[in-house]
Amino acid sequence: MPINFVPTAADLLRLSPDILLTVGGALMMIIEPLTGPSKKSRLGYIAAFLIACAIALSVAAYSNPGTSFSGMLVVDGFSTFFRLIVYGCGLLTVLMSIDYFNRERGDESGEYYALIVFSLVGQSLMASANELVLIFIGLEISSISGYIMAGYIRDDKRNNEAALKYFLLGSFATAFMLYGVAWIYGLTGSTNLDAVRRAILGGAQDQIGSMLIIATILIFVGFAFKISAAPFHIWAPDVYQGAPAPVAGFLSAGPKAAAFAMLIRVACSAFYPLSDQWEPLFWATALATMVIGNFAALRQSNIKRMLAYSSIAHAGYILVAVTAQSETGIAAVMFYLAAYTLMTMGVFAAVTLVASKGERYVEIEDFAGLMQRQPLIAGVLTVFLFSLIGIPLTGGFFAKFYVFKSALDANLIWLTILGLLNSAVAAFYYLRVLVVMFMKPAPAGLETMAAPGIAIKVTLLVSAIGTVYLGVYPSAVLDFAGKAAQIVR
Amino acid sequence: MNLLDIVLFLPAIGFIIGLLLPRENTSLIRNFTIAFSLLVFVVSLGLIPNVLDNPGGSSFVTDRVWIEYPAIRYHVALDGLSLWLVILSTLLTPICVLISWKYIQKQTKGFYAFLLLLEFGVIGVFVSLDLFLFYVFWEVSLVPMYFLIGIWGHEKRIYAAVKFFLYTLTGSLLMLAAIIWLYNKSGTFDLLLLTDMIQKGRLALTSGESFWLFLAFFFAFAIKVPLFPLHTWLPDAHGEAPTAGSVMLASVMLKMGTYAIIRVCLPLFPNAAREAAPYIITLAIIGIIYGALVAMVQPNMKRLVAYSSVSHLGFVILGIFTFTQTGMDGAVYQMLSHGVSTGALFILVGYLYERRHSLEIADFGGVSTPAPWLSTVFVITTLASVGLPLLNNFVGEFLVLQAAMQVNILYAAFAAVGVILSSVYMLWMVQRTFFGETPDEVKRHVFDMTGREWAAMVPLLILMVWMGIGTQSFLPPIRANNVKTLEMVQPPAAAINAQAAPVKAVVEVRDAN
Repeated sequence: MPINFVPTAADLLRLSPDILLTVGGALMMIIEPLTGPSKKSRLGYIAAFLIACAIALSVAAYSNPGTSFSGMLVVDGFSTFFRLIVYGCGLLTVLMSIDYFNRERGDESGEYYALIVFSLVGQSLMASANELVLIFIGLEISSISGYIMAGYIRDDKRNNEAALKYFLLGSFATAFMLYGVAWIYGLTGSTNLDAVRRAILGGAQDQIGSMLIIATILIFVGFAFKISAAPFHIWAPDVYQGAPAPVAGFLSAGPKAAAFAMLIRVACSAFYPLSDQWEPLFWATALATMVIGNFAALRQSNIKRMLAYSSIAHAGYILVAVTAQSETGIAAVMFYLAAYTLMTMGVFAAVTLVASKGERYVEIEDFAGLMQRQPLIAGVLTVFLFSLIGIPLTGGFFAKFYVFKSALDANLIWLTILGLLNSAVAAFYYLRVLVVMFMKPAPAGLETMAAPGIAIKVTLLVSAIGTVYLGVYPSAVLDFAGKAAQIVR
Repeated sequence: MNLLDIVLFLPAIGFIIGLLLPRENTSLIRNFTIAFSLLVFVVSLGLIPNVLDNPGGSSFVTDRVWIEYPAIRYHVALDGLSLWLVILSTLLTPICVLISWKYIQKQTKGFYAFLLLLEFGVIGVFVSLDLFLFYVFWEVSLVPMYFLIGIWGHEKRIYAAVKFFLYTLTGSLLMLAAIIWLYNKSGTFDLLLLTDMIQKGRLALTSGESFWLFLAFFFAFAIKVPLFPLHTWLPDAHGEAPTAGSVMLASVMLKMGTYAIIRVCLPLFPNAAREAAPYIITLAIIGIIYGALVAMVQPNMKRLVAYSSVSHLGFVILGIFTFTQTGMDGAVYQMLSHGVSTGALFILVGYLYERRHSLEIADFGGVSTPAPWLSTVFVITTLASVGLPLLNNFVGEFLVLQAAMQVNILYAAFAAVGVILSSVYMLWMVQRTFFGETPDEVKRHVFDMTGREWAAMVPLLILMVWMGIGTQSFLPPIRANNVKTLEMVQPPAAAINAQAAPVKAVVEVRDAN
């Protein structure tokens, strides 16, 4: 088969956001030592600009959808939607990090922004790859940047612990996945998702049936780690607690969204013929993830740890929609991740602010009297928390609604009921934060919080407005998700 | 945009404006809220004539697309069932502002803003005809009440607020599952359309299905009512809430449950409702007697009134599930009467608390000496609450008991015990609080009603008498709507013939007498 090794213009356009971010990130690494001390936050604004350009380019790339580089990369509504989610998440992270690093390191942290940009390249590849090896490469790019970011403040013990744990467990899980990919290649002779699907459909299933199941389970372990699904969630609480607050926010939204994108793409294209075998696996994982996440979150006193378990629980809700394995289910996952990203970034921005220098105030009790001390932060945090609970007129409500609707569509009655009861349990620990914020007086002798900077205020307001917008007028996003979900197969 | 939309959205606008006011300027916030809530009340009065002209149908209909897919519509309308509940909500909001004037000292801005948000939520519940919209308002009304209890309540307020929130949320999540299930079956959330489809048999639910769906809805509503044994959140919520919170909770929010049973459960699942009726009536009667007995031994006035609500709401449920014209009329009338008289009781208990800073009955005694007018008003309200003829509660209780008699004499006998017990616990409380020796503490702290306090009570006193005597001013629209609901609940034609005979016989016997 003759292959033209010179990429066409369309190929380049479809990869252009990633090219831009790779080149831009590398340039930032070069500029960093040349930037004078205490001017490093300019790199943050450069990163924000780059990401904004990448967003524009991915919208432009969507004007000409299709596969490129011999079917390794695919730009369709689905991948564009997830690109926008991870870039948006990156943008919000950069904006809240500027404040954070000015506070923690006195504006001496330039490489950090380049790392975010690299991580976004990886996530964007995960979302748009149509090839198991490319998925793996994307996963590694995203993860390695993530490991460094988690331990970015290297003289902080908690940061070190977080990075080490994340690294060790993460490499272990990716090894599983790579092993699974190798098996698939051995069994089907290809790593291209379409080719794998054809091989499975082409009668090979009977001969290699049981080995195929083992291979998919190995790959699933890799995914489950990234989306922090039970029982592969153990890393999340320790990493979120230890990592810098903005990084914890980033890790709980960006890589997770990208991992869900590739999970859906793999499960619904290459392994769709095996969907009957997948369903019980998804069912059990979804339920276990919701239950473990929610009940563990009930007992946390550290807000970052609580949010870690809450993000595990949310992964469980999303898995409910994945279990449905239908177009409405995929659209529900997409909507959920959009809403989830907004509210999570918002919550972590608020946590970043309240934590103050050295992250001393990260217990839930430290939010006491926040309504009196910082009405604006408390107000938007209230919106995010109600969205996480799933109260109407916030994005979180419609997200849950669509998820459980798609599950009922697929006749998953018990999973739906257990999921809904789970979200009532979840309300309890989110309410605890509200209780502390509104109903407990601020402890005496508390130092006044530093006024929030412009960038982090933008993060808070954009997330809050986005959350409410998705709660009042979800049609636009949902319509797009619904159309994009049809292309996947 | 018609008058109903305006009445619905004015409080939301007020909420937003209220949030923008400077939080130091307490008097501006109070004046704004009282003016604004009075405005909403006056505007809402304009709704009455149209509904009275067309009591059986829907007035002020707005039906617009909110979200294209899934098809969620902004469908609101007013009819004979919802009219008085909306007016009750708009009337009680300014009254709640008045009674909180001095009582609420901290974070006034938040308090009054939440009060308006609450008004928005409850009006929304009463006027929505799209199940999804209904659910949205149902949840929205939960949030401000949670804060009202949690921030401005008494000592155990946080426990009470969280308990209230979680109880209601759990119930409503099951309702959400049922709503989605109905949508997946029928492709619409529209209540009228769904009702029509079910009545005409175009949406066929298996009996198992409709049983579980009925249960999911009923569970959510029964928690709100609250029906025994789901009532345990109520004494805590009432006991700990600030006065205004208790008033809104008792007068309006509990009615959301009974209203929704009539609005949603009966038309959508008539068969399941009829089959479940004996069990539900049994629970209602247990609630009537249990609530009264527990009220009798309460040392705390607010909890006493709270348990009396469990008892009174039992009558409402009993009336609804007799599935007779009289019973339903009585039930709806009782909903309104309870809203007026129990709201008034909570206000008066609040007045006593502001003076003596205690809710324990044992801390009072002989209040009638220092505060004769307060005592007089309290006694009138008490008499209304225990169902004295010529006052409002008598009408509802009488109709319900009459209907219960027609269905099963045992129901009426047990429910009547509740009426007797209610006068025992109420009058005993009045006696211990207002008469006898006056302790020094009471002499020192208790004074008579002020002008502001009168202003809050007078409308309710007028209503107690008016609703007791001028029944015809209120009953016709309620009745017209109940006729419609009953048609839907009636069993198919064959069964009617079988059942009609004894009812007719009863009527004849009565006529003969």
